[in-house]
Amino acid sequence: MNGIEANDLSLAYDGDMVINQLSATVRMGDITTLVGPNGCGKSTLLKGMARLLRPRGGVVLLDGHSIHTMPTRQLARQLGILSQSPTAPEGLTVYELVSQGRFPHQGFFRQWTAEDEEKTREAIAATNIVHLADRPLDTLSGGQRQRAWIAMTIAQDTSILLLDEPTTHLDIGHQLEVMELIERLNRQRKMTILLVLHDLNQAARYSKRLIVLDRGQIVADGAPGEVLTEQMVARVFRVKASILVDPESAAPYCLPYATIGGDNPSRL
Amino acid sequence: MMKQDEFPRPAWLALRTPHARVSFRLDRRLPLVVAALLLALLLALVISVSYGEFRIGYLDVMKAVVGIDTGDSRNALVVQNFRLPRILLALLIGVALAVSGAVIQGITRNDLADPGLLGINAGAGVLVVGYLTLAAVPDTRLLPWLALAGGLGAALLIYLMTWKGGSSTLRLVLLGVGVSAFGAALINYFITQLEVDSAQRAFVWLTGSVYGSTWADVRLLGVWAALLIPPTVLMARHLNVLGLGDDAAASLGLRVEVVRLVLIAISAALAAVTVTVAGTIAFAGLVAPHIARRLVGPAHEGLLLVSALVGGLLLVVADLAARAVIAPEELPIGVTIALIGGPFFAWLLYKRGR
Repeated sequence: MNGIEANDLSLAYDGDMVINQLSATVRMGDITTLVGPNGCGKSTLLKGMARLLRPRGGVVLLDGHSIHTMPTRQLARQLGILSQSPTAPEGLTVYELVSQGRFPHQGFFRQWTAEDEEKTREAIAATNIVHLADRPLDTLSGGQRQRAWIAMTIAQDTSILLLDEPTTHLDIGHQLEVMELIERLNRQRKMTILLVLHDLNQAARYSKRLIVLDRGQIVADGAPGEVLTEQMVARVFRVKASILVDPESAAPYCLPYATIGGDNPSRL
Repeated sequence: MMKQDEFPRPAWLALRTPHARVSFRLDRRLPLVVAALLLALLLALVISVSYGEFRIGYLDVMKAVVGIDTGDSRNALVVQNFRLPRILLALLIGVALAVSGAVIQGITRNDLADPGLLGINAGAGVLVVGYLTLAAVPDTRLLPWLALAGGLGAALLIYLMTWKGGSSTLRLVLLGVGVSAFGAALINYFITQLEVDSAQRAFVWLTGSVYGSTWADVRLLGVWAALLIPPTVLMARHLNVLGLGDDAAASLGLRVEVVRLVLIAISAALAAVTVTVAGTIAFAGLVAPHIARRLVGPAHEGLLLVSALVGGLLLVVADLAARAVIAPEELPIGVTIALIGGPFFAWLLYKRGR
């Protein structure tokens, strides 16, 4: 089996079960995106698939091996994850942040090899932030900061990258920049990418496959054209929407126009 | 104007052996900063050893330290037996508290954290003052051991309470504040029960003092510092990665819980040993890492080393001030470090806030 595979995976925060006996497979080489309404468990699932959460039941397999028993350093050389709005110490420069992506490749006495330096520079160049390399992170704009964090995960040099809402809080220009970077990483470096996105249209445009989650369950799974339908949007997001075709990419385009009452009736 | 694709000069000096078996990196600012601090430290040491009711010339100080005859046998006696032990002890306390503080600030990602947050001072204080209060005839030789047990016991207690299916740094900070406040209340209660003489002694101990220190104290702290500080420096990268948050650190392959426990233990042990030799000294562990961060930035490779030097320098100066301000009487070193450190810290925060 090639890829990341969740088998009967159950995840919980304290007492609350968020994901219950879910099974899914992420194929190597794809951009796969998790979408769903707020609180559906998509970020939780992403964390579970990167062993940031210990499962209550079930297992996550990477190329057939359980990620929960694998040495964490070994896993960190194969799989990187960037959580939502991470924070860095005050005064940390872009170069310093990106260089920390090399951590799983270093040891007590091998702290900064020529390869570490090369991969750090490569990652900075790939994200177009060379001119910011010496700047402290806290002096950058949201988009620049996000690219610096992505550069850190690139320096980690993994074949799989998990990103939790990498475009949130960015303006449309910076959003596209990040999405194009992700597309480039997938095409040029053959990286397998699993995303959580809020924007259905971005998800449809850049992903090979969408997995729709609702209340901790997978309710649709497939190519954007098959998954993004009026019925799915109505059922999962409780909105009426027209599904158009994006003239640029031929991906489906969802244009919502009204909420559906019932679950969440209007107060007026 | 720098071109878009032109890399700036790397911020580090890379040190590598052939075949890359061993490699390290140093911040470019580090050699100069370390050299300047060492020079300042040397100057402070010479001035401090020379100063006292019995004045010794700077040249004679250096001779007496290395054991060359100065033509006056009193020089060697005063330097070797009285001044050097307490001054070296102050230096080592500064080093130990500064490293302990830098580590605890790194773990908690909170620059207002200091070793006291681990409950060391509160725990040591409760046992020592409690013993002075409750024992019929207190045996002062027991005090260092009570301080050690109380300090480490409180740190362990805080860690165990923090650990609830995974320790959280915020919970650590809040529990630290709570336990310290509770300890302070107990200590105050005990002091109200003491005779005036004993109460005064307890107060001096609580403020921290290196009066009457011996070579045995220097050896004890020196050995612990030599055991605990080098592994801490080797874990600089771990501290850097912890600074990115638990999720990012785990994603980079750090075993967050294990590493945090090891670092907390090191930080607690360093602070606890200083308490056993000199009582509770505030501020050094808080201020020294702040100054170091201004000098070499937040990366721990340089930060730990520079914190240690800054901490050592601060306490040597504080000790000199403690002997000079109301000479021939002397103040506890804990008072002078707070007098120097308090306003300085306020100034640092004021400058940063603008």
